[in-house]
Order: sequence, then structure tokens, then C-alpha cells
Amino acid sequence: MSDDMKIVDDLTQGEYKWGFVTDIESETTPKGLNEDVIRLISKKKNEPEWMTEWRLKAYKYWLKMEEPKWPNVKYPEINFQNIIYYSAPKKKEQLNSMEEVDPELIKTFEKLGIPLDEQKLLAGVAVDAVFDSVSVATTFKESLKEKGIIFSSVSEALQEHPELVKKYLGSVVPYTDNYYAALNAAVFSDGSFVYIPKGVRCPMELSTYFRINTQETGQFERTLIIADDNAYVSYLEGCTAPIRDTNQLHAAVVELITHDNAEIKYSTVQNWYPGDKEGKGGIYNFVTKRGACRGVNSKISWTQVETGSAITWKYPGCILQGDNSVGEFHSVAVTNNYQQADTGTKMIHIGKNTKSTIVTKGISAGRSNNSYRGLVKIAKSAEGARNFSQCDSMLIGDKCGANTFPYIEVNNNSAQVEHEATTSKVGEDQIFYLNQRGISTEDAVNMIVNGFCKEVFKQLPMEFAVEAQKLLAISLEGSVG
Amino acid sequence: MLSIKNLHANVEGKEILNGINLEINAGEVHAIMGPNGSGKSTLANVLAGNENYEVTEGEVLFNGKNLLELSVENRAREGMFLAFQYPIEIPGISNATFLKTSINEIRKYRGLPEYSAKEILDLIKDKSQVLEMDSTMLNRSVNVGFSGGEKKRNEILQLLTLDPKFALLDETDSGLDIDALKIVSQGVNIFKNKNNAVLLVTHYQRLLDYIVPDFVHVLAKGQIIKSGGKDLALELEEKGYDWVKDEFESVK
Repeated sequence: MSDDMKIVDDLTQGEYKWGFVTDIESETTPKGLNEDVIRLISKKKNEPEWMTEWRLKAYKYWLKMEEPKWPNVKYPEINFQNIIYYSAPKKKEQLNSMEEVDPELIKTFEKLGIPLDEQKLLAGVAVDAVFDSVSVATTFKESLKEKGIIFSSVSEALQEHPELVKKYLGSVVPYTDNYYAALNAAVFSDGSFVYIPKGVRCPMELSTYFRINTQETGQFERTLIIADDNAYVSYLEGCTAPIRDTNQLHAAVVELITHDNAEIKYSTVQNWYPGDKEGKGGIYNFVTKRGACRGVNSKISWTQVETGSAITWKYPGCILQGDNSVGEFHSVAVTNNYQQADTGTKMIHIGKNTKSTIVTKGISAGRSNNSYRGLVKIAKSAEGARNFSQCDSMLIGDKCGANTFPYIEVNNNSAQVEHEATTSKVGEDQIFYLNQRGISTEDAVNMIVNGFCKEVFKQLPMEFAVEAQKLLAISLEGSVG
Repeated sequence: MLSIKNLHANVEGKEILNGINLEINAGEVHAIMGPNGSGKSTLANVLAGNENYEVTEGEVLFNGKNLLELSVENRAREGMFLAFQYPIEIPGISNATFLKTSINEIRKYRGLPEYSAKEILDLIKDKSQVLEMDSTMLNRSVNVGFSGGEKKRNEILQLLTLDPKFALLDETDSGLDIDALKIVSQGVNIFKNKNNAVLLVTHYQRLLDYIVPDFVHVLAKGQIIKSGGKDLALELEEKGYDWVKDEFESVK
């Protein structure tokens, strides 16, 4: 057996280490979706009338829509009536301090390496923990409040700052945007809300950790981040789920808004359960993420490291409205076994002299399929707009696939758009070279893949870059010794 | 140190090595010379464990261990080092990271404590001066964008920092100008001592002006057809390989 073949075989033996289930009493709605379920969710959250109406409008719109078929992924039809749309750990709705959080939940997050005890947390990172459908704990809330920063669950924001939520919710991703965005608007249960006031630089990384626990639950969270004039925030999300035989749906929406001279840096380390090595189970990760650079000189950058999910289908994008605004997308997507990914970005240039940069690294192993799909659109108004895209794919073994689908629309002659794409294989010669220097094949493959992804890892905050590298090693675990 | 007995090896089903016998002791420098296609590089690759080469017969003992049963990385950890004819590029991994990983993997195998980043950097800087290498190369990706000469120097830098027991140099002189050749040779001369051994594979005699071998072997059609002292190389340079082949045929 050649080295390459052995790697492919052994790769499939890597194990998912976050697959445990927390035994906790949950309050769940019955399976299935109808207006009553939506009203129930809205009522449980004590939402204002306009919110309930918005959900119902989204639901009615969704009913008329069809599931998109254009992504380069294959899966059996989803039975939307067989999903639980709301599941919350049974306990009180409002938590005033960490002591009130169920110890089982604290243990769960500790096991995942996310201690919710502020003393134990990494200095400089505030965490919002979302378990199934609800946010269970948000740390460092008080110290952020002193600077006027709001970091809470969306449910809480709806109670305490309804005017802000009403102003921005759905303003970047309206419920009419796509099938899953409509579904999310109807049933979303929680998520994180961040508001950075004018002139404030958020002094710590903000982070949300999403965990799906209950079987047959869908997770539909909604994240909304607003950076007002001259504000800055760096935000990270992480996600895991238990090992289940059945597929679970995760259809989130993330909206980012930057006003004049503001910047949002959004990093994702996505590690949902990818399914077993035969392709059974795993999360369907159908997510809509979009940022609007509304103000001049504002900037939004997306950095994502995607190693999990049975199917990943998402295109974090930027609408560059403000003149001189900047959008960036840096992505590493790893697929193994029978995983499928159709991911990329959308950069919509509207303002003058807007700039966007796209750097993607797709790594396919096993029998997986990894597609980059990206849109660069230069509107007529986008005088002097510039885009640079670089999309690199790496193949490990000969049973996987990589595709690139770039869409470029230029409506202004002064724009410059560049696209580069490469495909390479982890070479037997590279592995032999590293072996000959005493490095095992497993470490050699990790090294080669890490080197390939370096440009993207550089964009992550330090602690998370280390975490991402470890995650990559685990995803590619089991290479020959 | 290295004992090769009746070694046969195939590449894609074609026999390239056809019964090699060779004894190399600690403190010795051996040179293997021969025309193109004689199997010189194959020998180096077989000893290093390259899977594209299939050993069909024979035995190789390395410090008493059965070399052919060891994995590529364990051969390296036991002290077998191959300086590549065409060093491989590893984009995104710095030379410093690569060397640190390599040195510590080898130390771990030998039950030695790992070196700290500082110890490694001091070691590399010390050795790179000998090779007149710019310290910026430490932060550059392994062999990426290196000129032919820089790649070869980088191989010798690895030789000096890893300090193996046995160095296989596969046409290390190819593609080097005379100044680079001198520097690379100096590196090899600093490396060799009474406890290690060197096997040079080369096409040209000129390398042997700078690295003086104790023994010279002529390889043709996968066999060693003549062995001698350093003067044999000069004779080959002058008269070519044909007379050795003729002599070998007539004896047979």
C-alpha cells in the first residue's frame, strides 16, 4: 500500500472527541413546526408583539419557498416536521449569576474546554454559552457594561434593548433572503447580541460557544453584532455536538453591522459532529452569515476554520456600502470521510474604493467533497473597487474531490478583480522528506496541511490559532506511523 | 557501521541494483561513482527507505540492526541521513520549525530531553555561520524560493544540526558553482569524525578534491565493479568508465 493510500485509510480512524451527551432535564416543544410552535417559542421568551409577528411572517414566507438544490452537496430530503424546534435545559429563565447555572451544564462546558467560571477563563475572553436553544451563561458581562458594551443573549437583549434589536435584526439578512434564513427567523431561539458603542474598542475577545445536546433538535441561533462609529470588536464562535446516528440541522443566521470607521473581526472554529466514517449521522450546517459595512472606512473580516459537520453550506459575505470600506474572508475548510462542504463568500461592492480580499484553503481527505463557491460583485456605483481572491485546494488521497466555482460580476470599468486558484496533493515526496528527518507520517501530514493553511491561521487571535491547529491535527488524526 | 550484502532492488518492476556488497566503518568516507543510470541514487534511496524502491534480495545491517525492517523515520532516528539530490519544498513551514521538530523527534526516540526553542536557535545559528547562510532563511518556508545552491546548503545545515551517524550525500555537488561547492564541502568536512561515516554519491571527481574519500567505488549496471583509493577517482576522470567496465567483463 502506498503512503497516500495508508493515510486515506488511517484518516478515517480519527475520532470525534466531543461526542458525549449531557444528561440533563430539558424542556422541549413537540416535534414539528406550525404557527402554534412559533407562538409558543415567542411566548416562552416573553417577546414583544412585533417580534412574534415578524416570526410568523417569516414562517408564512418560508412555507412558500423551496429548499435550494443548487449546492454541490447530496443528502436525503429533510423532514422538517421531525425536528424539535425548541429545547432548553429545565431551570429558571433568567440567571443572575454563575452560581445559578446548573452544575451539569458547567461540567459540560468544562469538558469542552470552556470553563464558565470567570476566574478560570482565559484573561481577555468573554464567553456566551449556548446550550441547545438557549444561552446558559454569559461571562464578564459586568465589566463590559462599564464601557457601555452590551454582550448578552439575544433573548435578553430583546427584553433590555428592544429598540436596538428591532432596528438591526433582519436588516442584513432579511427573512426573505433564503430558505434557511426564513426558517431561522421563524423559529430562532437564541444567540448572542453584541453592541459596541461609539468610539469604544472592546477590551477583550468576545466568544460564543454553541452546543447541541438534545436528540433530534435543530439549533437555530441568531447572532447580531453592531459596531457603532469608530468602534472595534473581535468575536469568536465555537461549536460541537454529541455523536448521534441521525442528522441534526443547524441553521443559524449571523448579521454584522459596522458604522463609520468601525471594525468587526469575526472568527469561527466550527467543529460540529461530522458523522461517522461511513457517513452516518452528523450535523447539517446550513448557515447564513453576512456583514454590512454601512459606514465609510469600516471593515469586516471573516476568518473561519471548518473541520466539522456532515454537510457545510455557507457563504459568509460582506456588503461594502460605505466608501473605502473593506471586506475580508479567510477560510480553512477540512473535509474527511463522507463530509461535504460547499462554502465560500460573497463580496458585494457598492461604495467607492471598496476593497475585498478572499483567501481560502480547502483540504479534502477520505471520500469527501469540498467546493469553494464565491461571488464577487462590483456594482455600477463602486468606482475604484478592488478584489483579490486566492482559492487553494489540497487533496489527500485519490477518492476525494475539490471544486472551485467563482462567480464574478463587474459593472464598473474602473474596478480591478483578480482571481487565483491552485490545486495540489499532499506529495509522497514531501512525506518521504519529512520522514527522512525523523518525523512520523502523521506529523508530516499535519505539518504539510498546517503550512498550507498558515495564511489563514495568522488571522486568528493567538489562543484560537493554537486551538485551530490542534483541531486540524485531530481531524486528520490516525495517519500512518 | 554499515554492512550491505547482496542487495537487489527494483523500481517499477525493473531491477536497478543487482547485488551490491559494501562495508563501511566508522571514520570512513566512501565515494560511489558511475555513469548515469548505474543505480547510484537508487542505492541512496534504498538505504533511506524510499517506498518507490522495492528491495527484492539482500541484507543491510546498520550498527547491528536490520536496516531494511525499519520505517523511514526510524532509520533517520537511528542516525541515517540522506542529503537529497532535489530537496523538497514544504510551503508555510519555516526552516526553524522544521529543524526543531526534526531534532526533537530524533532526541525523543533516543530518550533524550527535547531542546528548547532557544537551544535549537543557538545551534542552528552556530551551524549556519559555517555555511555562510543568511539568518533570515530560518524564517523562510522550507526550501521554498531557495536557489539550487541554497537548497543544497540547507541540506548540509540539516546534516550539521541533526548530527547523524551516517550521511548519504546524493549528488550534493550537482548544480553548485565552485564557491558554493567549497562551502558545502567544508560543511561535510566539519561533520565527519571518527565516530561517523559518509557515503558520497557523485558523478564528478571535482567534489572529491574538497571531500577526500578513503575509498572510491565504481557502480555500473547495479553492481560495484571496481573499488580503490582516492586515486581511482582521478583515473576515472581522465579515462572515463569504459575501461573499468571492460576490465570487469574480462574478469567475469
